[in-house]
Amino acid sequence: MRQFAELYDAIDSTTSTNAKVAAMAAYFAGAPRADAAWAVFFLTGRRLKRLVPHASIGEWTLAATGLEEWMLGECYSVVGDGAETAALLLDAVPAALKGWTTTDIVQPFRAADTSSVAPLALAAWVEDRILPLRGLDPAEQQRRVTAWLGDLDRLERFILFKLLTGEFRVGVSQTLVVRALAHAASLEASLVAARLMGEWTPSAAWFERVLSAEHTDDDRSRPYPFCLAAPLEGDVTSLGELRDWQVEWKWDGIRAQLIRREEAIHLWSRGEELITHRFPEITAAATHLPDGTVLDGEVLAFRDDRPLPFSHLQQRIGRQKQVAQMSRAVPVVFMSYDILESDGEDVRPRPLSERRALLESVLATAGVLRVSPEIVGSSWQQLAGMRANSRALAVEGLMIKRRTSSYGVGRKRGDWWKWKIDPYSIDAVLIYAQPGSGKRASMLTDYTFGVWAGEELVPIAKAYSGLTNEEIAEVDKWIRRHTRERFGPVRHVDPVHVFELGFEGIAKSSRHRSGIAVRFPRMLRWRRDKKAEEADTLDTVRALLEKADADVR
Amino acid sequence: MLAETADGLYCSAGRFHIDPWQPVERALITHAHGDHARPGSAAYLCTNETVPLLRRRFGPDAPLESLKYGETRTIGDVRVSFHPAGHVLGSAQIRIEGEQGVWVAAGDYKRAADPTCAAFEPVRCDTFITESTFGLPIYRWDPTEIVIAEILSWWAANREADKSSVIFCYTLGKAQRLLAELARVSDAPVFVHGMMLGMIDAYREAGVSLPEVQTVIERAKPRGEKRSLAGELVLAPLSARGTPWMRRLGVHSDAFASGLMRVRGVRRQRAYDKGFVISDHADWPALLTTIAETGASRVLATHGYAEPLARHLSSLGLDSGVIRTAWEGEPSGD
Repeated sequence: MRQFAELYDAIDSTTSTNAKVAAMAAYFAGAPRADAAWAVFFLTGRRLKRLVPHASIGEWTLAATGLEEWMLGECYSVVGDGAETAALLLDAVPAALKGWTTTDIVQPFRAADTSSVAPLALAAWVEDRILPLRGLDPAEQQRRVTAWLGDLDRLERFILFKLLTGEFRVGVSQTLVVRALAHAASLEASLVAARLMGEWTPSAAWFERVLSAEHTDDDRSRPYPFCLAAPLEGDVTSLGELRDWQVEWKWDGIRAQLIRREEAIHLWSRGEELITHRFPEITAAATHLPDGTVLDGEVLAFRDDRPLPFSHLQQRIGRQKQVAQMSRAVPVVFMSYDILESDGEDVRPRPLSERRALLESVLATAGVLRVSPEIVGSSWQQLAGMRANSRALAVEGLMIKRRTSSYGVGRKRGDWWKWKIDPYSIDAVLIYAQPGSGKRASMLTDYTFGVWAGEELVPIAKAYSGLTNEEIAEVDKWIRRHTRERFGPVRHVDPVHVFELGFEGIAKSSRHRSGIAVRFPRMLRWRRDKKAEEADTLDTVRALLEKADADVR
Repeated sequence: MLAETADGLYCSAGRFHIDPWQPVERALITHAHGDHARPGSAAYLCTNETVPLLRRRFGPDAPLESLKYGETRTIGDVRVSFHPAGHVLGSAQIRIEGEQGVWVAAGDYKRAADPTCAAFEPVRCDTFITESTFGLPIYRWDPTEIVIAEILSWWAANREADKSSVIFCYTLGKAQRLLAELARVSDAPVFVHGMMLGMIDAYREAGVSLPEVQTVIERAKPRGEKRSLAGELVLAPLSARGTPWMRRLGVHSDAFASGLMRVRGVRRQRAYDKGFVISDHADWPALLTTIAETGASRVLATHGYAEPLARHLSSLGLDSGVIRTAWEGEPSGD
């Protein structure tokens, strides 16, 4: 744990990616195999299923410190992170805070004395201590965890709480972890990346295989790393000649890779989850693919030759049982737009135009497995017109891919663009604010916005992204001086400032007071030019909802 | 005895303000930081040690009078004295004794030892006005030696990587404290930003012993040929961050020395590589200890987390309240 905590600290103390990679590479080269395996697991954002509820950490902290619950709330609103709040509060635990005498209150600070205890390695922590907590009754969990704290310093405690609640996160991307592993083992990054795909259980043997110079059988069921598109923000004509680009619809489904190798079929989601058995119709259709084929595409709920809204697909994702019954209610297709392996050969380095020809040679344009059609237009303007019609077709916009491009690893700017439809937008008034979390702790950055319903502002959306740091600082300062009331960390502010909010979707909701739920709201602009009374009304928002319904019908 | 007014705390029995925000007839000053000592008042009273610091801020003609720590002066119907607060050089708690008993306005204070200023002395009183800049139980300072050791090991790692190390800190108080603490354990020279020289000299004038420092600009050779600062440690004011001056440092790692750095999110929000948690304010245990030691039956909290501290004290059975301040921003002394 100590070594892992030091690695965390090294990553956390620099913004340089080279320094982060160097710190990880040094750790992978020196740490025991089993520890390194778990480190890869955590660094790549994999989580232990939450073993201990969030609230327990708070309760145990209160029990150990004798503080009152409201104080925990005050502290949390400054720190913005439950595990860190607990670690800071537990730093020195006074024996008693009840009496009002100096000796009761004043306990000398004592850093946890870790030198006398043989440090327990990360793998032992996870396998022998943390995982066995699952299913224990809360009192026993509390007894065990509290007893461990004495052996840990503040940073280690913080990390322990993060692991327990399944919220461990650190500032490295999977790509950087891959680079560090490749560096530590002198392997090609692409091979390491493939070995980290999909499901695996961390162990010393697994880590050996990741770093192994030889190909293993395991590699056969693995998907390739997905190539990601960057959002197109500038003018589309800046891409140059239309004929150099292949254009398709941007589907709103589950990105997935369909693998047919050595008689076996695997369907992997982009979240690297094996979803083969959730979609038996796709698996059945894939038996007709030639052996040694890997397709990239989108699982879509699909009926009468058009996609159904994403919410239909969600019913299928959540369902482990009664799959057959669900598959009649919500039929799906695999809309394929790329081929990564053909006849057992990795064709990712070949240009997209060649891959497209290969893809069309194995798939038809209809059926459960089908080719995502190419959208043909005579000019960018014409394509822009088709994109404007996206909502009616239940797609998210257009994908634009360079015909000469290879299939890259990760998000490589310049070859693949997603040109999504503009989100819905409204002007709304800032009415409530509360502190953000993480990086934004102790700044008031989480806002609630309202629209007018007669004389009253009704909350319509919460948003916390979209402003520049300068704007955030300015709004924060303003809020502190214009707070009308406080409810714990939430401040009710004077209704003065108008913001243009963008969102991706809109739906009826019985759980919101406005009767409307919006999807992925964010701030597009601070409308300093508008007064609060000029903000939109609930009726305007209802009209958007009706139009959205009409579009889908 | 003391009442909140638009200009700050006012004592009508003595017709003076304490740390007023606007120019007033007579101002008693707890210490020389900008959010406590504002220019323009007709008369000032402070400690002897504060005088050279205020002269530098207000100019040589400012109407300053001063007292020794512990010396009593009668003003109107009250007796006034200054007692060490341990915050920065010259910082004082102001004790006021009159018909309504004894009040102490502590200003900013800390309990940790500081080689550059007199140590805090608890003063018995009926009403204690405490700061609450860090008035939450998450704020708890490690012993200074540990923080200094952290600074040395970070500096050594940067030297190893051929980088310079820059610590941002406040010009009055923190910079001198760091210089004095570092000089105890290291002979290596420390560089400073030119803006820090004035207050360093003021400290020396007041008799505080500080190691020699060089400015970053002096590092350049006479012919203008630049010498690298790689491996060196530089102290700089926060206002220097992001200015062209930073180019002189070459490849560097940066840190902020402040109690605010106790919270990881705050450090990351401001994108410092490293945060050193060293503060000139009282941490939570020090606040509670001090309040208990004054024996006060009534406590008023001001600055920072005044509401939660007051609420906590109330839950312990103490009569407590909050004094509002015009300064909603960051503590300048930290």
